[in-house]
Amino acid sequence: MAQTIQLKVSRYSPERDTEPYFQTYEVPVKEEWVILDALNYIKDKIDGTLTFRWSCRMGICGSCGYMVNNEPKLGCATFLTQYASGPITIEPLKNFPIVRDLVIEISDFLEKLKKVKPWLIHHGGGGSNEYLQTPDQLEEFRQHSMCINCLLCYAACPISGLDPVFIGPAALALAHRYNKDSRDQGSAERMAVLSHPEGIWGCTFVGECTRVCPKHVDPAGAIQQYKLAGAIDGIKQFLMPWGQRQENR
Amino acid sequence: MDTSSHDVLLVGGGGAGLRAAIAVAETNPKLRIAVISKVYPMRSHTVAAEGGAAGVAKADDSLDEHCYDTISGGDWLCDQDAVEAFVREAPQELLRLEHWGCPWSREPDGHIAVRAFGGMKKKRTWFAADKTGFHILHTLFQTTLKYNEIHRYDEWFVTKVLVDDGRVQGVVAIELMSGRIQAITAKAVIICTGGCGRVFPYTTNAAIKTGDGMALVYRAGGPLKDMEFVQYHPTGLPFTGILITEAARAEGGYLINKDGYRYLQDYNLGKPEPKPVLRCMELGPRDRLSQAFVKEFEKGRTIDGPYGPIVHLDLRHLGTKLINQKLPFVRELCLKYEGLDPVKQLIPVRPVVHYMMGGISTDIDGATPLRGLFAAGECACVSINGANRLGSNSLPEILVFGARAGKVAAEYASGVPDTVSLPILRQAEDERRRLEQEFLRKTGGKERVATIREAMQKAVEDGAGIYRTERSLREAEAKLAELQERAQGLSIDDHSRTFNTELLSALELTCMLDIATTMVHSALSRTESRGAHQRTDYPARDDANFLAHSVVTRSPDGSPHIEYTPVVITRWPPGERVYGQQPTLTAAKA
Repeated sequence: MAQTIQLKVSRYSPERDTEPYFQTYEVPVKEEWVILDALNYIKDKIDGTLTFRWSCRMGICGSCGYMVNNEPKLGCATFLTQYASGPITIEPLKNFPIVRDLVIEISDFLEKLKKVKPWLIHHGGGGSNEYLQTPDQLEEFRQHSMCINCLLCYAACPISGLDPVFIGPAALALAHRYNKDSRDQGSAERMAVLSHPEGIWGCTFVGECTRVCPKHVDPAGAIQQYKLAGAIDGIKQFLMPWGQRQENR
Repeated sequence: MDTSSHDVLLVGGGGAGLRAAIAVAETNPKLRIAVISKVYPMRSHTVAAEGGAAGVAKADDSLDEHCYDTISGGDWLCDQDAVEAFVREAPQELLRLEHWGCPWSREPDGHIAVRAFGGMKKKRTWFAADKTGFHILHTLFQTTLKYNEIHRYDEWFVTKVLVDDGRVQGVVAIELMSGRIQAITAKAVIICTGGCGRVFPYTTNAAIKTGDGMALVYRAGGPLKDMEFVQYHPTGLPFTGILITEAARAEGGYLINKDGYRYLQDYNLGKPEPKPVLRCMELGPRDRLSQAFVKEFEKGRTIDGPYGPIVHLDLRHLGTKLINQKLPFVRELCLKYEGLDPVKQLIPVRPVVHYMMGGISTDIDGATPLRGLFAAGECACVSINGANRLGSNSLPEILVFGARAGKVAAEYASGVPDTVSLPILRQAEDERRRLEQEFLRKTGGKERVATIREAMQKAVEDGAGIYRTERSLREAEAKLAELQERAQGLSIDDHSRTFNTELLSALELTCMLDIATTMVHSALSRTESRGAHQRTDYPARDDANFLAHSVVTRSPDGSPHIEYTPVVITRWPPGERVYGQQPTLTAAKA
C-alpha cells in the first residue's frame, strides 16, 4: 500500500472565487482512515481554511455527505484504502448551491421537509396509555424511519437536479413513513400536499436514491408505494358522489 | 449592531433544547421562541445515543426501585428530591414521545418493550432497537416543525451570554453562513448545549461536544457543579471511540480479557452466569467496569492494540437473529468501521470518555442562580446523576428536565418586561469588537488550533483520567495554565466571513480549556474517591467531608474558586454500593 495518497478537493469561496477549482493535498494513508480523517488531517496540519461539515463520525448525524470520485458518500464511512493509489476527488454534494468548499446550502430541503408534515397526526389526545402497535405494524414503516437527512439521495437524484420544486426522495420517504405508521391519521392531509405535480409525480423511478442511501431507507420504493396510494385515492374520489368529492378537496 | 429579540431563547437544538422549546410553546403559545444551534438540530449529538431510555413501565417495577438504583449508582451524590421527580416524570415523558411518533420497540401484544441495563435492578429501559437517541431526536425535531412560533437560528454559534445586574438578557452569536455577529436578546435563555467529551482524546462524543454552554455560563459568573465527575463508557471502539452500546451486554454480551476470561468476576461484581443477571457482572455500573479495565491492564491481562490496550466484547453466542433484531446498529458499526462481524468475531473495546455528570448548576426546575438563565440536559447538573450516571438515564433526563426548564422559563418570561438595558447592548458591542480583534482580523499568531487541542487532550487524559492523584492533577493543572497562555497566540489561516470553521474551532478550543481547568481544580479539591472520581491517594469515600457537591465559579482574576453545598437526602441514607448480589432496599417510607 502507498504511504500517501492525493486528495483533489474542490475549493470555492464566494468572497474570492467566481467558480470552484481543485486543490490537491498529499495525505498519509492508514488502514483505519476514512475520508473524514484525511480532511481533518489537512485542516489540522496543512490548511486551516479547508471547509467542510462533520460531527459524529459514526454515520448517524448525517453531516458529512460529499461527492467522492463523483459518487455521493458519507465521509465518515468511506475508507481511503478503497481507492487504491488515488487520487481521490472530493466535491460538495451535487444538486445543491455551494456555500464554501464542501459546504452546501440545505435550507431548501428543510422547507420541503416541513411541507410534508412529518409528524404524527392523531385526532384526539394521547391519554395516559400508549397507542398499541405490534412488531409487524412497526415493521411496516421502520425502514423508512431510518433517514439521517444526509442528502446523498438528492445528490444522486436526476430529477432533483432538473426540477428544483420536486420534493425529493428523503422528504417523500418520510411522508410515507408517517402514512404507514398505524398510529397516524394524517395521510389524507399529506396527500393534499403531495399530489401536486411537483410533489411526487416528478419521480421517474430511476432508483438512484435507493442505491446510494447509506441507511437502506429505500426512498424509491416509498415513492412508488405512495404514487400507488395516490392513484387509488384519486380513483376513489372520482367514484364518490359529487358532494363528498368537494369535501375531500 | 444588528439585534433581534425573542421571549425565550434555547441555546442548543438537541433533545433537551427541542423538548424545552415545545414545553415553552405549550405553556404560553404567545411567546416568541427561538432555538439557536451551531448545527442543524437533527445533527445534534442526542442522535448518537443508542441503548435506551429508562422509565418505570411494568407491573414488577416501582418508582422507589428506579430511585434506589439511580442513587446507589451515583454513589449517593445525587440530590434525592431531583431523582424522585425525575423517576416519576420519566415514564410520562417517554409516553409523550410515543404519542409524537417515536418508533419504540414493542412486545408481541403491541405494548412498549423494555430491556435490561447496567446498574438497573429491573427491566425498565425503553428502546427503539439500538438507535434510541436517533429516533428521539428526529421525533422531537419533526414535531417542532408543526409549531410556527418556534423560530430557528440554524448554524449560529453563541459566543457570549449577556448579563447585567444579575439578570440574563440574551446572547451574542455569529452566523456561520455569513459571518454576521449579532445580539439576540431574550427575557429567558435556556442553555441545552450538551457535554464536553472532546476535552479528552478518546471519546464517544461527536466533534461538536466542546462544552460551549458550560464555558459561556462560567464566564458569565454562573456556577458549575461536580465538574470532577466524568464518565468513561467501558465499551468504545479503540481508534474512533465509537460507542458500542451497553445494550450489547444487556442482551447477553460478555467482556473477556486476553485469556478469554470474564474478568469482572474478580472485581466484586458477582459470579459469571451464562445469561445476563441484573446489577451483576457485565450489567454492573459504568464506573466500576471502566475501573476494572485499568486493573486488568495493570495485571497484564489486556491485549495490546495499535491504539493502546483493549479487551474483547463477545456477542458470538447471541446468534444472528437476536443481533439483527436488537443490536442492528452495533453490527452495522462493527462491519463498517472495524471491518468485523460480531456474529462471528470478537469486538475490541476500551473505556472512552462518554458523559459529563457535572455541569451548569441548576435547581430542580432547571433554574440557575442567574435570573433569566436556565439549563437542561448534559450541560446541566441538577443533580440526578451524582458521581456516576446509570446507562439509559440520560435520555429521560433531557426530556424531563428539558420540559421542566421550558415550562418554568416560559412562566418567568411571561412576567418580565420587554426591555433591554443599555449596558447589555454595550456588552454586545464589546463582544463583537473582541471577536473581530482576537480572531477574525488577527494575524501573526504562531500556534495551530490542533496543536493546543491535542496537548490539552493528552494533559487531561493523563492527569484526570479514570484514576487520579494529587501529582497527576497538579501536572495537568500546570499544563493547562501553559496552554491557556499559548492559546493567546493562536494562528488563524482563515479570515473569511463565510462559514469559517477554523474560527469556530478556535472559539471551541477556548471553551474546552476553561472547562478542562474547572475539571482539574474540582478533582484536586475532592480528596476522596466516589463513583467516577477515583483518587488513588484517597481511595475511600469520605461522607463526613464530601457528601457534598463541588461548586466552581470564576474568580475576578480568572482562577477557579471552589465551594461545597450539601447533597439533598430524602429517603435513602448513604449506604454501600452493592453489585453482584441482591441489594437491600433501604428507603424509609415516604
